[in-house]
Amino acid sequence: MAKLNEKAVATILEICGRYKDEKTPLMMILSDIQNEYGYIPLEVQQIVSEQTGISVAEIYGVVTFYSFFSLEPKGKYVIGCCLGTACYVKGAQQVIDKFSEILGIRPGQTSKDGMFTLDALRCIGACGIAPAVTINGTVYPKVSVDKVPGIVAEYKAKEGVSA
Amino acid sequence: MSKINIKIEGVAHQVEDGMTILEAAKACGYEIPSLCAFNHGECNRGSCRVCLVEATGARGLVASCVYPVSEGMEIRISSPKAVEARRRSVELLLSNHNMNCQQCEKNGKCELLHVASITGAREGAFKGVHSETHIDRLAPALVRDTSKCILCGRCIERCKNAHGLGILGYENRGFRTFVSPAENRSFADSPCIQCGQCVNVCPTGALMEHSEISKVDAALAAGKHVIIQAAPAVRAALGEEFGYPIGTPVTGKMIAAMRRLGFERVYDVNFGADLTIMEEGTELLHRITSGGVLPMITSCSPGWINYAEYTYGDLLPHLSSCKSPHQMQGAIIKSYWARTNGIDPRDIFVVSVMPCVAKKYEKDREQLKVNGLNDVDAVITTRELAKMIKRSGIIFNRLPDEDWDQDIMGDYTGAAVIFGVTGGVMEAALRTVYFKLTGKEYGRIKFEEVRGHDAGIREATIDINGTKVNVAIASGMKSAKVLLDEIRAGTSKYHFIEIMGCPGGCINGGGQPYVRSCFLPNESDDIMDTYKEKRAKALYSEDERLELRQSHNNPQIIELYEKFLDEPNSHKAHELLHTTYAAKEGFNEVAKA
Repeated sequence: MAKLNEKAVATILEICGRYKDEKTPLMMILSDIQNEYGYIPLEVQQIVSEQTGISVAEIYGVVTFYSFFSLEPKGKYVIGCCLGTACYVKGAQQVIDKFSEILGIRPGQTSKDGMFTLDALRCIGACGIAPAVTINGTVYPKVSVDKVPGIVAEYKAKEGVSA
Repeated sequence: MSKINIKIEGVAHQVEDGMTILEAAKACGYEIPSLCAFNHGECNRGSCRVCLVEATGARGLVASCVYPVSEGMEIRISSPKAVEARRRSVELLLSNHNMNCQQCEKNGKCELLHVASITGAREGAFKGVHSETHIDRLAPALVRDTSKCILCGRCIERCKNAHGLGILGYENRGFRTFVSPAENRSFADSPCIQCGQCVNVCPTGALMEHSEISKVDAALAAGKHVIIQAAPAVRAALGEEFGYPIGTPVTGKMIAAMRRLGFERVYDVNFGADLTIMEEGTELLHRITSGGVLPMITSCSPGWINYAEYTYGDLLPHLSSCKSPHQMQGAIIKSYWARTNGIDPRDIFVVSVMPCVAKKYEKDREQLKVNGLNDVDAVITTRELAKMIKRSGIIFNRLPDEDWDQDIMGDYTGAAVIFGVTGGVMEAALRTVYFKLTGKEYGRIKFEEVRGHDAGIREATIDINGTKVNVAIASGMKSAKVLLDEIRAGTSKYHFIEIMGCPGGCINGGGQPYVRSCFLPNESDDIMDTYKEKRAKALYSEDERLELRQSHNNPQIIELYEKFLDEPNSHKAHELLHTTYAAKEGFNEVAKA
């Protein structure tokens, strides 16, 4: 297996240590690692397994069960399009298709420059503002197809990339 | 536990409080059809929905494997609603199942087909797409085919219970869920020890041994000198495949059957087991007297060797350098026997019948080869031998009792027979070590302290002429881990440790006949609780019957050393009978698809 650098190992051990008194620490550990690194590869799962005594296969099962966790590195900006029922009937599919078209990636993929990841989310509980899109925690309410190019341009501008 | 009153089909019963309906019904004489529920709650997720019954106080039908009984509960197993629901549950399982049953290795021993038959479920009741199939045939011991998996989770639980390993888990979610090692890797690219306990519990053909029957067929057809050798634990369980009660030793009929299958020689691996004791006993004495690495740990079980190499690479110097008995015997067949009979070892094909699937992996280990040749060319399980016998048309039950070929390696002692049960190798070694140290036989012969038939740790201190030898025995890696962690911490007080991969030893190996009450309906007790003890008894009774009960008294072993090997641990013996180990990485680098 690819070896992790010392700093990463120390960070993961520190994260595992945060929850050593919890009865069921796995979800919290994985959430923190996901937030810290944006993904949870097998090498990291092996360390979590050693620290918690939970088998690698079980951890892998949890990581692949929840769409919030990722096995691959995510882009700098993670665009989450809610496809829950309310958002869907308000046209969320067209919205995610537009993102897909502009960025040239399918849901679940990351753009080649590592800038954007496009995720299809199940209901995020923001039905009142459907269709909802989140980008790194910022919520965009009532997104319509024609707003999509502007949103993408906003982030590209931030990074100094011409739209 | 207090008793409570329940009714099943209107009949009053008293059962233990806290039981599940399934277990309570079993205690009252009912076997409710079930799949995911296994071995008194070793696995019960309530996921397969096959064990549905009606129970008062519950909303709708309940999964009897997880729903507890309560005072005054009235249970209906045979109500039209429950019968219909169970049939539908099985039909739903069948709708996402690869129904190519006549090509399935599990044909005849499939629990899914069994419950389909007793519930009246029909294939095709629900039609739809099937989940994606994943097949792993890379591991030498095991095959995984998810098209036959019903996601019951028994394999996941068994791996955790027996070994604390948890190699298998559920991957993905919903309709895309399947069971596999992490990353959908092959068993060969994971820290799986290839013991086959998962195969033993799988209700369908999703997990199977990697069959080598065709290799044996090819060798027979090619006119090679095909020699078969059977491990002790095989005789204690083979009879189950032919309707004998569990624990019936069928040694004589097994030999007769193997001869009728066309093998040139039929040998007992017990000869190799006696040889192992000579080598291992001598190695132990040498380590004790010359300040060698202690405790020494036995090396007969390839599942255990795998575990050691994956998880305790730093403790490998503790392992005995002895090859396992069938490998030793294979090496002797291709040297001593070949020379005696004037045969080129390359024309010899050695088949081992084993209670084990890890032996399939073991036989191809580079470290075991002598002059580039395998000691053993094919390993078939007890189950595969039964298949070959059934396929040939041999009427097993009417066979005469025959004896092993006796030419130069037919003799064996009681010490060898008990190798097949946890504690057996230890006891056999003690009999010989005692003799070597004192010059006289151990009076009682039996070392009761080390006997058992289950997982867990046993220990004893044997006083040999004032030398106190501390020994410990573990089977299943969960137990072994406790002893190994002591060694790592420097707190181990033992001189000699026996470790077997499978809980209970080889009698419960991953290649032994499936133990299911639905296929062995004539047993009077709950066989999940008793089969290991019964199989162990079959071996101990053979030990009792034999005149020679110490490996060093086997006349052909004595002759082998006189004519060929010189003495135990000699240069020649090291060349043929000893091996090396190497630490390995559990999740090795694999090319990702």
